[in-house]
Amino acid sequence: MDTCIQKIREIAFQLLDKKEVERVIGFSNGTIPMATSPITIASKQDTEKLVFNSTCGLNLANYIRQQKGKIAVIAKGCDSRNIVTHIIENQVKRDQIYIIGVPCKGMINKSKIKALFEDEILKFTEDGETLTVESSLKKEKLNKKDYLRDNCRLCQHRNPVIYDVLAGEPVEEQVLDTPYPDVEKIAALDADARWLHFQELTKNCIRCYACRNACPLCYCPTCFVDESGPQWVGKGQDKTDVNTFHFLRAFHCAGRCTDCGACAEACPMDINVRDFTRKLNKDAFDMFGWEAGLDQTKRPPLDAYSPDDPNDFIK
Amino acid sequence: MKFITIDKKNWAKGIEKSRETYRLFGPVKDKNGSFIRDLENDMLPDMSCNDSVLSAKSVLFPQTEKILFTTLDESQKDHHIMKRVPGDSAKRAVLGIRPYDAKAIQLVKLNFDTDDYRDPYWCDAYEATTFVGVGINKPGPFDFSTAAGTGPFSETGLDVLMADLDNAYLAKVLTDKGGAFMTSCGFDTAADEKESQALFDILRKEAEKNISSRIDTDKLKDKTVLELHEAPFWDDIAFSCINCGTCTFVCPTCWCFDIQDEAKQKSASRFRNWDTCMSPLFTKHATGHNPRDSKTQRVRQRFMHKLKYFLDKYDQGIMCVGCGRCVKSCPVNIDIREVCKIMNSYEKKE
Repeated sequence: MDTCIQKIREIAFQLLDKKEVERVIGFSNGTIPMATSPITIASKQDTEKLVFNSTCGLNLANYIRQQKGKIAVIAKGCDSRNIVTHIIENQVKRDQIYIIGVPCKGMINKSKIKALFEDEILKFTEDGETLTVESSLKKEKLNKKDYLRDNCRLCQHRNPVIYDVLAGEPVEEQVLDTPYPDVEKIAALDADARWLHFQELTKNCIRCYACRNACPLCYCPTCFVDESGPQWVGKGQDKTDVNTFHFLRAFHCAGRCTDCGACAEACPMDINVRDFTRKLNKDAFDMFGWEAGLDQTKRPPLDAYSPDDPNDFIK
Repeated sequence: MKFITIDKKNWAKGIEKSRETYRLFGPVKDKNGSFIRDLENDMLPDMSCNDSVLSAKSVLFPQTEKILFTTLDESQKDHHIMKRVPGDSAKRAVLGIRPYDAKAIQLVKLNFDTDDYRDPYWCDAYEATTFVGVGINKPGPFDFSTAAGTGPFSETGLDVLMADLDNAYLAKVLTDKGGAFMTSCGFDTAADEKESQALFDILRKEAEKNISSRIDTDKLKDKTVLELHEAPFWDDIAFSCINCGTCTFVCPTCWCFDIQDEAKQKSASRFRNWDTCMSPLFTKHATGHNPRDSKTQRVRQRFMHKLKYFLDKYDQGIMCVGCGRCVKSCPVNIDIREVCKIMNSYEKKE
């Protein structure tokens, strides 16, 4: 995947040089190991700053709304699905976005790698499928596929579903017999154990809302937790209020979530926020055969009435 | 007695003994790192763990704190009259607090304890607390505390500073409060003052040598507020920011809070919660107008407050102790060291 960066830079350079776009949104190198940062580039000289590797876990579709003029954006499979969702939900116009698609072999699970070390990681490099990670105490060579994020391990849309140009050869899509093993595991618990699972999950939440703010779906001008007239949710650390935020946010994402993993990636407390959204993704698939962001011409299931909707109450 | 040797074999017993007088706080390991928590029952502080994800500020300034209450029952004489939640003046001790966190508490004190106002909740908690710090022998790569006016063996704000010597702690008692805590633990093996201080000096120098990360703040003071405020770099710095409040929540020196009232049936409570200047709500007026409506304005506010307004107002350095938590936790890797570099080296073009 790192080989496609030259191609990305070339494309970005051409686009800016020919003034086909005003800016390119991509990733730049971070200041600490395993970090990259979203960046916007307006001059062709700056295209050298662009990078793309397995640490680019955020979703750049989150940065393309309310931009002036035509912009180019680098999009992995999931980012592209969120661009489709933005188009369906009238957040961007297709002709305003130039999509530089990147076939993706998955992003790394940074917490899992950090957990291998007793001290801080000092150096991280990536060479094809091999990750080399160093702290002051030891150096580890890791197989990237063993350290993929859970959503990437279970991803069935690694190639961009929509693009103007591809910056690499398409990769083979994974076909999974059980795409939702995590949901099934939680569903198999009895009610008390399930409740406990979610209590434990949100225990350390500090309500910074990084999950919400990293999510391309969460673009409400005022989120329900921020409403003050009337106020729907208490703002403190009361368990009920914390959970209300997580439950309701997940429901707002039903039938829209692409499981890009940006929420879990952004969480400073390592909460696997996807435990909430995944169940709803599975329901959308089981009930409506729907996966979000695959088709610009179809309305999402919770957004449309259909005579063959599976629920009785609507008939 | 200025220096005390504590054999680690006696550590747990001594700490247990101190519970007769003190409520204890200290680092505890959890799923994603360590946290400074109330050490309930027989929990011991985990003195070996890496720096806590959140700072120690919550001991005096919890994320959510009930401060006032009243009854809404109009048959009661004092209905709707807010009363203070009974203060808790019981002695407490924070064990294993990092020197930069103790320094940060002194910076926060500038806000909560002034000539004009005394925040009773914070100040009462502060007065009841003994800070037992432990020097950092091996500072991590994010630590730039020496460039931020503190350091791995800084004594500011501490009552006791301990040095970890593998099998023992060497404790330097800095205040009477610290001495009282040591006595309550039964730690009374005096160590030679001169030798001990020499050892502390060596450890401090070794630790400081290990710090490779730094910031330069020397030119911030001579720049005008407007010069920096109007500088052209803020949009670029703010672009990647998602305006979560992570940086402010993990920060040991961020002190802003929000007041919330909650009512349940006939009882009402007033809470204060940590607030964050990253949120648009932070400055939103009741009229709907928001003077800090854009992301760039909010990001600028955070850095200007930490690195310029605070510096100008108090003349006690920057409002940052170099713990590096915000650098580590920021989901989009906005790095205060880089921002400080940009601000410090900025020259306005005529």
